[in-house]
Amino acid sequence: MTDPLVIAGRTFPSRLVLGTGKYPSHGVMKAAHEASGTGMVTVAVRRVDLHGRVAGDLLSWIDTSRIMLLPNTAGCYTADDAVRTARLAREAGWSNWIKLEVIGDEQTLLPDNEALLDATVQLIREGFVVLPYTTDDPIVCQKLERAGAAAVMPLGAPIGSGLGIQNPNNLLLITERARVPVIVDAGVGTASDAAIAMELGADGVLMNTAVAGAGNPAMMAEAMKHAVEAGRLAYLAGRIPRRRYGQASSPVEGLVTPGAPARS
Amino acid sequence: MSAVRILLNGEPRELPHEMSILALLERLGLDPRTVAVELDRVVIRRPRYGETAIADGAEVEIVAFVGGGSTLS
Repeated sequence: MTDPLVIAGRTFPSRLVLGTGKYPSHGVMKAAHEASGTGMVTVAVRRVDLHGRVAGDLLSWIDTSRIMLLPNTAGCYTADDAVRTARLAREAGWSNWIKLEVIGDEQTLLPDNEALLDATVQLIREGFVVLPYTTDDPIVCQKLERAGAAAVMPLGAPIGSGLGIQNPNNLLLITERARVPVIVDAGVGTASDAAIAMELGADGVLMNTAVAGAGNPAMMAEAMKHAVEAGRLAYLAGRIPRRRYGQASSPVEGLVTPGAPARS
Repeated sequence: MSAVRILLNGEPRELPHEMSILALLERLGLDPRTVAVELDRVVIRRPRYGETAIADGAEVEIVAFVGGGSTLS
């Protein structure tokens, strides 16, 4: 494909970004990553379990020669916590990229945009490449872009909800005006949701639960790959305008029985 | 050398004596290349693990990457 996703000067082979959580096993995760063709997966930063079980072998199940690790600040509820977590993630040695999350509320898991903007400004000052996860608010996305975000990541719906793209018009306003890549993050439930996001002009889609929680994660990952590619092609091709009435696609001239039946 | 009391990943711990971050990681059986360490809320660069001592009362956080997509409730 000659239409790669480029973020902060780095080129990715796929417009699909996956997570690494909630899979039934590391083996299933690896199979899903492979089937998806993804070039970037997100990982969380957590305290090491000092009581026995070492959870540390996640990375051995990710082909880091082909797949970039995107650390996130999942689970952070303040700008300070998110900045702290980002600094630790950078020191863990993979890159200075961070998927920035500052969550506002445990029940909805919706972002706290005010704290998110503060943390974005701080981390950019410290040399991070920041990809903030935000609500589907065009104004907030613009503010994040002006602050120097390398991409903006508006949600389609709450994390893990699988509700699909809840506000297509907002997403369109965001993609039409953004000068940095727009990655729709969260809310995708099935392949058509990913295609819709891409048809609306998104540059990529990030999902975790929709694949990890599917009956067959690897098969769903492949479906998502096709959906993202189909949606991207449809966006580039340019869809027809919507009409409320029918418009014949066969010629009207030369009909054997001209004229429509009279309406009573 | 006297015992050192620290807060390690939020839990009180007692070390037999003052030691470096590198020594603590070895003691815990952790590979320094797979973790990141914060001492009193400041991230310590990996090359400095050997020379950075953990004093009495220190707060130490040791983290690693785990599976995740977005916030897990």
